Amino acid sequence: MLKVENLGVSYGDLKILDGLSFTLEQGQWLMIAGPNGAGKSTVLRALSRGCRYTGQISLKGRDIKRFKPHILAQKLGFLSQRHEVTYPFKVREVVALGRYAHSKNALYGGAAGDEEKVSEALSLTGLSELAEKSVLELSGGELQRTFIAQLFAQDPDIIVLDEPTNSLDLIYQKQVFQLIEGWIKKEGRAVISVVHDLSLARLYGTKAILLDRGRVVAMGQPEKVISEKYLNPVYSMDVSGYMREILSTWQRG
Amino acid sequence: MPSSTVIRGGGFRPAAYGAMLLGTAFVFIISVCLGSVSVPLRDVFASVAAALSGEKQLLTGHSDIILSVRIPRVLCVALTGASLSLCGAAMQGILRNPLADGSTLGVSGGASLGAVLAISFGSRLPFFGGGGVVVTAIVFAFMSLAVILGLSHKLDRSLSTNTIILTGIVYSMFVSSIISLVIAFAGDKVKTITFWTMGSLANTDYLNVLTILTALLLCASLILMRSRELNAFALGEDNARSVGVNVKRVKLELLIAVSILIGVCVSIGGTIGFVGLVSPHMTRMLTGPNHKRLLSASMFFGACFLMLADLLSRTIVRPMELPVGVVTSFIGAVAFVFIFKKSGRVG
Repeated sequence: MLKVENLGVSYGDLKILDGLSFTLEQGQWLMIAGPNGAGKSTVLRALSRGCRYTGQISLKGRDIKRFKPHILAQKLGFLSQRHEVTYPFKVREVVALGRYAHSKNALYGGAAGDEEKVSEALSLTGLSELAEKSVLELSGGELQRTFIAQLFAQDPDIIVLDEPTNSLDLIYQKQVFQLIEGWIKKEGRAVISVVHDLSLARLYGTKAILLDRGRVVAMGQPEKVISEKYLNPVYSMDVSGYMREILSTWQRG
Repeated sequence: MPSSTVIRGGGFRPAAYGAMLLGTAFVFIISVCLGSVSVPLRDVFASVAAALSGEKQLLTGHSDIILSVRIPRVLCVALTGASLSLCGAAMQGILRNPLADGSTLGVSGGASLGAVLAISFGSRLPFFGGGGVVVTAIVFAFMSLAVILGLSHKLDRSLSTNTIILTGIVYSMFVSSIISLVIAFAGDKVKTITFWTMGSLANTDYLNVLTILTALLLCASLILMRSRELNAFALGEDNARSVGVNVKRVKLELLIAVSILIGVCVSIGGTIGFVGLVSPHMTRMLTGPNHKRLLSASMFFGACFLMLADLLSRTIVRPMELPVGVVTSFIGAVAFVFIFKKSGRVG
């Protein structure tokens, strides 16, 4: 579905990403991992056309630069790491914006089926009860689910997530990952996400890329990529040893 | 049903527009009647009827004041209020910043500089004739917006509320120093120029009314058509891009429309500060943040707000008159602190 070839991003003389290539097929959940400053979020910025890049990104054989923004949004949707809520929009209004790409040209912005899609997205994310609530009054988990609901309403083929459970409580972390896991099951869909938590990458990913300072260290099956062999040099520590140490506190309980 | 109003635009019902129109008309009539000389309501109607029908016997002793002073002035005030308020609402949406306004960002200051330069150097552009002041003000308004946003972006990529406001303040100070410099060399034009820095709509005529009306019709229709995009911007530029908004193009369109409106208003009334800050904020408390409602309601609200401020400026120290900018800045400064405190708590 998605093909990235020789992707490079620089800010001035600083190379953030260098020569990244990968493909994404339907049904795949690609996990991008790596330490701080590896360029993980920059991959997503390039995909969302939020920064200049060299190389080529193509979607179903067509360069994404050649798509109009609203057509691209029908195929590719993004969840950013932070949500900037300043005004008291209602949850339903935020979710309904997800339909923009499908009814951009409708004078009053309401193509057939929009309402159903919005209600469906609200109920999928368990937000039906909160639909009329102001986004300023939501907890971090509810806010994150609101923007996931917006993505579901947008109904793209590929969703791209930047640290989707950053700073969320464990219960929400589990909810969010299960929501995505359910979403991906429908035909023709795929997910790319940046994750900090290496265990989550192994648990949910079907493919993984390990980045370090803008370059690919390893790519392939999550169990192989997210493994001692590659992680220890990249993080300069005994990663799995530390993970086991953390987990061992539970066995003592 | 709430669900259908959100999707199907979420605009007002016709009755709500009627009510807002009625309210604005009411404030308009009061503003025409009251002032340094108060005029009975029936004289107002008689004079208007006389002017429209051409029957001289309907004219009263007050007709001259009503027809050639009050009505054009109050019309200008209402249209300027609506324009500045709409611009404030639009900028607060694009920048996701409740403190954005032509005056706080320094756009009005920039437009004044353009107007002042045009007046003092007597610039008469080819094709534009006496409209040189208006055109220069518009061009300077747009350049100012570009400079302020470009500079804020360089200083802080996330374009946080505080960075933009600080840049605006620095830019305003810079511009006002240049204006002072120009005034020092302006000689006999000092008095005309001082007018810009105060902000007043006294002595406006029907040509001014027509100018603002044209600009407002043009720009308001453009801005109102972008309500959904503004909703997306108000949730962050990344979010707008994600849902499929053509971020660069829509932003440019909106900023041009805003610059035209501010440029026209400043070239006619000088810098009238804080209207675009106070009025959209109060409107938002009533209508909520959805731009489908906020934009149009802000225009009515802004018109009423500025008419009342102008009325106050004409009557508070009767028979003298204060520039309306003094009144709005007084109210606006207090409102700024209030909104800043509130947005700080939320954000």
